[in-house]
Amino acid sequence: MKTTQILIAGFGGQGILFAGKFLAYKGLKEDLQVSWLPSYGPEMRGGTANCNIILSDTPVGSPIITTPDVLVVMNLPSLQKYVDTVAPGGQIYVDSTLIQEKVTRTDVEVFYVPATQLAREAGAGSLANMVLVGNLLQNHPELSFNGVDNVVNSMVPPKKAAMVELNMKVLTIGREYGR
Amino acid sequence: MAERVLMKGNEAIAEAAIRAGCRHYFGYPITPQTEIAAYMAKKMPKIGGVFLQAESEIASINMVYGASAAGMRVMTSSSSPGISLKAEGLSYLAGSDIPAFVVNVQRGGPGLGGIQPSQADYFQATKGGGHGDYRMIVLAPASVQEMASLTIKGFDLADKYNMTAMILADGTIGQMMEPITFEDEEIRQYDKPWALTGHEGKRPHNVVNSLYLKPEELERKNFERYERYKLVEENEAMWEEYMMEDAEYCVVAFGIASRVAKNAVVAAREKGIKVGLIRPITLWPFPKKVLEQAAEKVRGFVCVELSMGQMIEDVRLATNCKRHVGLVCRSGGMVPSPDEVLAGIENAVKGVY
Amino acid sequence: MAVVFDKPKSLADLPLHYCPGCPHGIIHRLVAEALDELGIEGKAIGIAPVGCAVMAYDYFTCDMIESAHGRAPAVATGIKRCRPDNIVFTYQGDGDLASIGMAETVHAAARNENITIIFVNNAIYGMTGGQMAPTTLPGQVTQTSPYGRDVNQCGWPIRVSEMLATLEGPEYITRVAVNNVKNVMNAKKAIKKAFQNQVEGKGFSLVEVISACPTNWGMTPEQALKWVDSDMLPYYPMGVYKDRSAAKEAK
Repeated sequence: MKTTQILIAGFGGQGILFAGKFLAYKGLKEDLQVSWLPSYGPEMRGGTANCNIILSDTPVGSPIITTPDVLVVMNLPSLQKYVDTVAPGGQIYVDSTLIQEKVTRTDVEVFYVPATQLAREAGAGSLANMVLVGNLLQNHPELSFNGVDNVVNSMVPPKKAAMVELNMKVLTIGREYGR
Repeated sequence: MAERVLMKGNEAIAEAAIRAGCRHYFGYPITPQTEIAAYMAKKMPKIGGVFLQAESEIASINMVYGASAAGMRVMTSSSSPGISLKAEGLSYLAGSDIPAFVVNVQRGGPGLGGIQPSQADYFQATKGGGHGDYRMIVLAPASVQEMASLTIKGFDLADKYNMTAMILADGTIGQMMEPITFEDEEIRQYDKPWALTGHEGKRPHNVVNSLYLKPEELERKNFERYERYKLVEENEAMWEEYMMEDAEYCVVAFGIASRVAKNAVVAAREKGIKVGLIRPITLWPFPKKVLEQAAEKVRGFVCVELSMGQMIEDVRLATNCKRHVGLVCRSGGMVPSPDEVLAGIENAVKGVY
Repeated sequence: MAVVFDKPKSLADLPLHYCPGCPHGIIHRLVAEALDELGIEGKAIGIAPVGCAVMAYDYFTCDMIESAHGRAPAVATGIKRCRPDNIVFTYQGDGDLASIGMAETVHAAARNENITIIFVNNAIYGMTGGQMAPTTLPGQVTQTSPYGRDVNQCGWPIRVSEMLATLEGPEYITRVAVNNVKNVMNAKKAIKKAFQNQVEGKGFSLVEVISACPTNWGMTPEQALKWVDSDMLPYYPMGVYKDRSAAKEAK
């Protein structure tokens, strides 16, 4: 039995929910049990946003994550808020362009990815979220990189077809980073 | 087998309603259920249905009343403060003995309250809400799949018993996405000889009405209605039992609380505590029998609720207060953690209630 | 012998419960005649209000539904949207339509719902025993304005037809009265037109009928009809306030 609980957090508008949806869809394609739970309401508009994704090979109990195995953070308040909730042995992915602070915990693996900078360099400034997702995939064989194009295709509406290529580009950049 | 797709709970309700043959939706925006209206607004015009954003919740439930009286499968959806406004219409629907399907994706209250998940409308849904002697069938989904299956079931029960079926969900189940499959289900059609269709000179006029000025007549109507309700209580109670075979303690929770409780039950089992879960799926009719039977073999109960403790009263009644019933509750939009529930179970084991 | 006067087919052969001298009977008859003459009784679905006309569901022989107080236009909307080929009408008083149900009225009009509304304005709550209505005249004595309606304290009576006529939505808004034969004949024409409009799919048609309430006004029926002329009609002038199709033709 393997269950991965992923918490993604940042500002509204950073694509927090989209990144989470991507992971949920990817889990679905891998025939895993999946739940995706967003924060909702007025705080979404310019405030903080987060979403809880659970991927499991058994039915998901509570969709609310209190002890994430994986934390992905895209702003400092989110790192400060959630850093101590991560399970010992868990992983933290930090957008190090936006967050200078270092994690002092020693019982977790930390990946500092200058996601916003990498995305900008790729000409996709708004897709730092997907750089982090690409990096996360590198360490999560249960989700594998295979078939991410299908997932991106199914998530991007036809009107924004140009975004498919950009998403693929930054996912790959994220996967390669730190290798 | 049908394809697994990811869907929000609110969207699952809307899609299932369409599959159940609902072609008329009347609503008014309110968080956290607005996805239902948005889905209907997109879909209904394409399938020859009607989506109408009413001027208020009061108007929308009365549009439902009219459409149902006209013999249609019809629905509205809202969240807690909006349901309070619809209470008038719910009472008229019950008094006129016509079906309706209503969704409450609950948020914290009272008053304007908040927008985070809650189960604090349990009393309102199961004990009344509107005025007068009446009941509604209340269905409590705990997953996105159940948002769909209980919607289809709800439309059927509403038509079968000529009463309102309500989905009592919460912000979490409404907003979350999970994989879901839609099987092609056969939708049963019911005769509605009472429906307002225009008599075309072929029958006496139909009247849909809840006014009975002679108390003897109104009493007779209410007695008849409660005969029907008795059938619902006998035949339609639904629940899930989880790890109850050898359980010495029983957690009772519905909806999102039951999901948290399941985690706690698993954790307690790992600690060697023999605990199980009974999850009411229908809140009215309340699954009294299974709780009564459980009271014969377990040492204590623990209710988990996103309210100050409402269902706990029904648990005590169903078990005739034979065993202690503990309460783990959060309110106002807060959700208890599995650890809090586990602590509640451990307290029950220690005899602390 | 030739029959010169008969009950319309659309009106049930029942004694009406209305007070002596109450014009509801006349207005019911005008509605029933319109249904008969247009041959739409078999397709009609009527909505009874809360108020004196609450039991109209027994009096009209078409399919009927009883609505909650003020909600008739919403109920009508629900029915008409499901059954656009049926003829849907509401029959409402002033408390029902212009006080508790004002929102439903205005929005049904704004949406140009293809329904017909018969709005009976007698400037008082009749069924509950004569309280102040949104249409009670300044200075008028009622149970809840025992010293006469004080507009400084409880505001001014609402002219529903004038107000609704300002909306883009509705097709036809008119005010008539039933206090003399000539006015009754005019009212009949207006009511028939309001139904004909629906048959032709023209949209929201409302006929405000200035009525009387001798019982709660504390008058004889004859005095009441005179009071309509002397006090009601000056504040609520008869006339067509909106007729979109006629206006178009005139252009």
